[in-house]
Amino acid sequence: MSILIDKQSKIVVQGITGRSGLFHTQQCREYGSNIVAGVTPGKGGIHIEGIPVFNTVAEAVKYSDANVSMIFVPPPGAADAILEAADAGLTLAVCITEGIPVRDMVPVKAIIQQSKMLLVGPNCPGVITPGQCKIGIMPGHIHKPGKIGVVSRSGTLTYEAVKQLTDVGLGQSTCVGIGGDPIIGMNFIDVLQLFNEDPDTEGVFMIGEIGGAAEEEAAYWIQQHMKKPVAAFIAGVTAPPGKRMGHAGAIITGGKGKAEDKIRTLKECGVTVASSPTRMGEAMETALAASAGQ
Amino acid sequence: MNIHEYQAKEILSAFGIPIPRGRVALTADQVERAAKEMGGQCVVKAQIYAGGRGKAGGVKLVHHPEQAQDLAKELFGRTLVTPQTGPNGLRVRRILVEEAVDIAREFYLSITLDRGSSRYILIASAEGGMDIEEVASKSPEKIHTLTIDPFTGLRPFQARRIALQLGLTGTVCEDCVNLILNLYRVCLEKDCALVEINPLVVTKAGWLMAMDAKITFDDNAIFRHREYPDMMDYSQLDPLEITAGKYDLAYIKLTGSIGCLVNGAGLAMATLDVLQEFGGEPANFLDVGGGATREKVAEAFKIILQDSDVKGIFVNIFGGIMRCDVIAHGIIEAASEVNCTLPIVVRMDGSQVEEGKRLLTESGLNVQCGDNLGDAACRIVSMLGAPKDERCRGGRFVEDQPMLG
Repeated sequence: MSILIDKQSKIVVQGITGRSGLFHTQQCREYGSNIVAGVTPGKGGIHIEGIPVFNTVAEAVKYSDANVSMIFVPPPGAADAILEAADAGLTLAVCITEGIPVRDMVPVKAIIQQSKMLLVGPNCPGVITPGQCKIGIMPGHIHKPGKIGVVSRSGTLTYEAVKQLTDVGLGQSTCVGIGGDPIIGMNFIDVLQLFNEDPDTEGVFMIGEIGGAAEEEAAYWIQQHMKKPVAAFIAGVTAPPGKRMGHAGAIITGGKGKAEDKIRTLKECGVTVASSPTRMGEAMETALAASAGQ
Repeated sequence: MNIHEYQAKEILSAFGIPIPRGRVALTADQVERAAKEMGGQCVVKAQIYAGGRGKAGGVKLVHHPEQAQDLAKELFGRTLVTPQTGPNGLRVRRILVEEAVDIAREFYLSITLDRGSSRYILIASAEGGMDIEEVASKSPEKIHTLTIDPFTGLRPFQARRIALQLGLTGTVCEDCVNLILNLYRVCLEKDCALVEINPLVVTKAGWLMAMDAKITFDDNAIFRHREYPDMMDYSQLDPLEITAGKYDLAYIKLTGSIGCLVNGAGLAMATLDVLQEFGGEPANFLDVGGGATREKVAEAFKIILQDSDVKGIFVNIFGGIMRCDVIAHGIIEAASEVNCTLPIVVRMDGSQVEEGKRLLTESGLNVQCGDNLGDAACRIVSMLGAPKDERCRGGRFVEDQPMLG
């Protein structure tokens, strides 16, 4: 079992004819993901790598029964691409695009909240259920099928965490990169909820960073609802205030969004927090052992 | 992206929001002429990309054009250090000269993104001219907020509620309603991450006026505002940050000696964290991004080497999208071009890692490869001084036994 995606997922790639869209389509296919169609407005009718390309998502869905979208559309058209995926009746869109303006995402978020489609991202590495399906840009080979759910605001730091988990023998049920932007689709709590209900997930590793209050909100939710052990790491303990640390959402403003506050709240809510980025695998082991001992 | 107060006011004015009469000056003589135009008595305001200017002596009321000129001479020659500038301060290159206004009351007004609701939020307070964060923490009841529905937009009745909460009545209340609606138009049409008027004043003559203004643009929206790059005042930025910006690299200068080159923002932050945990001091934050090319890595490397504080370099690449052999080529290319002799520690993981390591070790550079994040961090910290973490022994990383149970 897993959350969000598995062997059954039928994927349409929006922005398939772009350079990174095509590259990662190939990578995902090599991993075993079932890519059934592509969409690039104006290029409908062609085949690329044997995949049929359509002008609209609705056409692609009609032809292929796709239920999930992977979005590589560049920033000026990305918000529209997300709305088109929702309009076509997909159940999930994973938006990799980095650099979508906030003004575009405000209405998208409001519409997605009313839609049955789930949105992961934007500005994220994607979702992977090891051994079954990869929708995104993460390196597949570092993952191993298993029982740990991973949820993260980061990209490469997630790879580091996954590698440490795999190294200590902890495989993953599903890894979800929720994205580093100030406005994203699914947040920590949405993903934690799914892991909580997934029978094959036994523990969750959560990766947060400075900026916003999503980690604190997740901490309170975990304290009240989570039935499984959770370990976490928060990046940016040493980040200077007022500076945007690479991600659009990673900024300490007006004394809010500090790593130390997030870490304190998580600990108070019973989450095992890794004291160092070199101890992420270890923190997950500790959390699992503590829960087994209860 | 930040802009100066005078530029923010020009934008507000173009959207119908009243601002004081004023003129920007680049020299002390221009300041004197502008002061004459304002009638002698005027306010001289240093333009820097930071708040807290008043307390640092950057904003003063003067009574004669000569006094304005003398003050300008002094300001143009110095850097202003405020709580927001950092210890080095910012150079004053532009001065705004404004008419002096008789103020009756002061307010605070801003629109920004509320991350919790993923909507724009209007924030208003009758405590104008103050640090709003301070007001919010000490007396939250004095802060009035309004979350804006993206589909209905900001409605006049909502703006009126805010204006009434500020204690405004009669025509000035209706003026404020219009001003608030215009402020939301500025926010949307100019793609603002923040648009702030502090203070918004009612003059003794009964007019509303934006006495100070701050606008921050959404960096992601610059592609649809071709005029924005020309509005930048590069004298307000670190020269290395400017170069980094040209190559689309996220670079932030810090105070230590270990130059850092990392792919991905989260991993870059975690890298700074682990270096400091082991007793090292990072010289910078640098994210070459996910889809970085060999050229980008080479440029990043050169930027790090231009910083004379750098005594060693730590490269931490988790190749997801990036291939390690491509990174290795970029490093070798850049290091050879500038004859880099500084110690370099490279940690690479992901695809083509063995090939990348082989290229580096055979390159003739002063380079070591770490086995993992801890090992690599330990090596660079040990090379530049004594590490303080007990897991770092003899320049290598020694895994301790995790505490279980």
